[in-house]
Amino acid sequence: MITPNEKLVRKRKRAEMRFRAYGILSLAAAGSVLLFLILTIVSSGYTAFFRATVELDVQLDASRMSLAEPYSQDVLMQGRYTSVARDALYAQFPDVTDRKIRRSLAKMLSVGGELAVRDYLLEYADRIGSTVTLELPLSSDFDQLYKGHLPRTGEHIRFSKQQLQWYDRLMAKGSIHYRFNSQFLFGGDSRYPELAGIGGAVAGSFYALLVCFLLAFPLGIAAATYLEEFAPDTRLTRVIEANINNLAAVPSVIFGLLGLAIFLNVFGLPRSTPLVGGMVLSLMTLPTIIIATRASIRSVSPGIRQAALGMGASPVQVVFHHVLPVAMPGTLTGTIIGLAQALGETAPLLMIGMVAFIANVPATPLDASAALPVQIFLWAESAERGFVEKTSAAIMVIMTFLILMNLLAVIIRSRTQTRVE
Amino acid sequence: MTFLQLLFVFMLLTITAGFLGWRRATDPVFLQGRRSRSRAVYHGSYTALWCAVPMIVIMLCWLMVEPWFIRPAVLQAFAPAAGEPAVNAMFQYLEIRNIAAGVLPGSNASEMVIQAVESYKSLSQTAGVVLSILFLVAGMLGFYRGYKKLAVDFPAREQVEKFVRFFLLASSTVAILTTLGIVLALIVEALRFFKHVPLLDFLLGFKWSPQVAIRADQVGSSGAFGAIPLFAGTMLIAFIAMLVAVPLGLFSAIYLAEYARPSVRTLVKPMLEILAGIPTVVYGFFAALIVAPLIVDASSTIGLHASSESALAAGLVMGVMIIPFISSLSDDVITAIPTSLRFGSLAMGATRSETIRKVILPAALPGVMGAILLAVSRAIGETMIVVMAAGLAANLTANPLESVTTVTAQIVTILVGDQEFDSPKTLAAFALGLTLFCVTLVLNFIALKIVRTYEERYD
Repeated sequence: MITPNEKLVRKRKRAEMRFRAYGILSLAAAGSVLLFLILTIVSSGYTAFFRATVELDVQLDASRMSLAEPYSQDVLMQGRYTSVARDALYAQFPDVTDRKIRRSLAKMLSVGGELAVRDYLLEYADRIGSTVTLELPLSSDFDQLYKGHLPRTGEHIRFSKQQLQWYDRLMAKGSIHYRFNSQFLFGGDSRYPELAGIGGAVAGSFYALLVCFLLAFPLGIAAATYLEEFAPDTRLTRVIEANINNLAAVPSVIFGLLGLAIFLNVFGLPRSTPLVGGMVLSLMTLPTIIIATRASIRSVSPGIRQAALGMGASPVQVVFHHVLPVAMPGTLTGTIIGLAQALGETAPLLMIGMVAFIANVPATPLDASAALPVQIFLWAESAERGFVEKTSAAIMVIMTFLILMNLLAVIIRSRTQTRVE
Repeated sequence: MTFLQLLFVFMLLTITAGFLGWRRATDPVFLQGRRSRSRAVYHGSYTALWCAVPMIVIMLCWLMVEPWFIRPAVLQAFAPAAGEPAVNAMFQYLEIRNIAAGVLPGSNASEMVIQAVESYKSLSQTAGVVLSILFLVAGMLGFYRGYKKLAVDFPAREQVEKFVRFFLLASSTVAILTTLGIVLALIVEALRFFKHVPLLDFLLGFKWSPQVAIRADQVGSSGAFGAIPLFAGTMLIAFIAMLVAVPLGLFSAIYLAEYARPSVRTLVKPMLEILAGIPTVVYGFFAALIVAPLIVDASSTIGLHASSESALAAGLVMGVMIIPFISSLSDDVITAIPTSLRFGSLAMGATRSETIRKVILPAALPGVMGAILLAVSRAIGETMIVVMAAGLAANLTANPLESVTTVTAQIVTILVGDQEFDSPKTLAAFALGLTLFCVTLVLNFIALKIVRTYEERYD
């Protein structure tokens, strides 16, 4: 026999269990979404670090490549390598003679094939006239077929029966290899998925972050130092403080509008460059750095200040020789976290034109360039199947950078904590 | 001289000036056996500043003056037709500059433009020579003045510190300048937009199709700028996001603050931080490529039709993005509640969940409300997820399976790629930006106010 009292207790216990379960379920939901996201990205992206190549005997015939002596750098850059690359592939299938069918055979090779021949010759110009064995990249569709991303049969099949037979013959001969794709990490963007790389975007992001750091770090420290150490408690000071807090919550796309209207249209700075991107990002990072620096200046023990003042240091000397060095780890942590946010920021860079298609790797912050998150956006928007793995792989790269930056921040923070304790 | 060369010269001169000042202050002849009032380092800094600041001033003045000085000369040929706005001239000028710098191809430019490019090139070359000379002279004169001032009893440290303090003050005004720049840029461009489209038509119109007819007889490009569908789309997606983020974020915060053991906390907190640190473009990719197809499949199995760019996909993923934001803010709020309240309730025999529901949450409510308002403002301002996953069609609908568009998505689509200057379409982006800025500003202001009064209550 259950008394009404026990019933109530049981009910309350169940309510307690339920409430606790809601909490665990919420966290589990967030965690599983994160896990699902990471798993899908990694599983669809890791193949982009590799590519399928075909091993061919290439006849380096000078006249066929329209090369004339002397074989200088310039001459080699101007050469035409398409036909020798194709001939090498045709040689594998002597039974294919019809021109139309040959064209369909040539589609198996990437445009990058001729570039591979060129790069080989740039290094070994003396081999002209001989026959060498080279590995040329397959075109995107066959690369995807090799990786199992495209079906061999079905409604929207992208290959002809013949092409599949040729592919199978090459596979059977063992001429198709699966190689690490260094072009993806170091090359520029390309219209062809199998040739596209994130090198240009990484360099663009690096320059933008460099500009951002060079502007925001000194300005942020200076502003924080002023507000924390020298500012009189006036209206102006309060306005500045309120401003900084508000600025931290302004949507990023608004900063893009600012960059477009002021930096590009009023000051006429060059469009699409990491310089302008970095300037916009620095305005967004500034509040983060100021807030972090102020907090860490505030936590410097007053004893240090008083001791320095007692030894006859001027207020400016106290701040620059004693307070700021002690506060530096906190400042650095805030700066790194701010830069990590800036690295992932996309919308403002779209506004200032960093979306243009640029195949070169930028050499200075004044060259037009893409940035890593913008490259992800561009690839995500392109229709070709081959770009899906590139997008995921680019996401893996940017996440790696972000995690490394955050780890650095955590290490700096924990090392100083142990020192103070 | 190019910019990099100027920078190099600047650094070289400044360092030399500093070194000369320092050497003078350590020179026995200069000291005459006495101790100088300031340390040699300050003498060096003093001369270096006197060398650097005039050069920086010249450079900044140049940047301000240069366009107004070269532009009219270059654009002489392009005398604007009567009634043509000056902005076209600005655009023309930018184009000429870009061709001259090799950013734009000059091959298909008109004869007039090519001439203008040539005259721009020669003018800017002369101007560059003049600038370089001015730059060098300013640096050297400044250095000479500073160097002459040095004396054994010269208060170099005080002078340098005065400058340092001024620099600190100036840096702290950068934040204000940024806000001013944002407000000015948005208002100026938005006012130009409202010349074409009345304010009320913009705020209360029901049709959004920003294509404007290029020729007068063109069909189908009415150029309607009624922003209601955008506001509705923004609200719909933000609402879905909050439906996901508020319960999940709040319960996570409650669990972490009230139930979790410290070991669990140290494990779970970094997970939430990773979730918060993922770039929005990654969430956008996830929403468009993985969540949206899932929703299409799921709704077709229960007999509904979902658009491939549904509001639901964008909203759900945005909700996940906001979970850590809400949970960390609420966590702070909950842990700030005095333990005496907790102990009082537990001592009366309430269970933990009863304590949380009846004592802690009511006490934390203002803070949690503040956190939710901040999250709403973030959801409204979020750009990449909606650009990639929510579509561009301005539908006025409450059906989350249909495609809607948002304010931020429209700003990006209008401004990415080639823009016509001074067309209502381009200017509309700034009007939308102004609206967005005002709404988020008000939300943030209220939220910060609530949070602050709340913090003071338990201090």
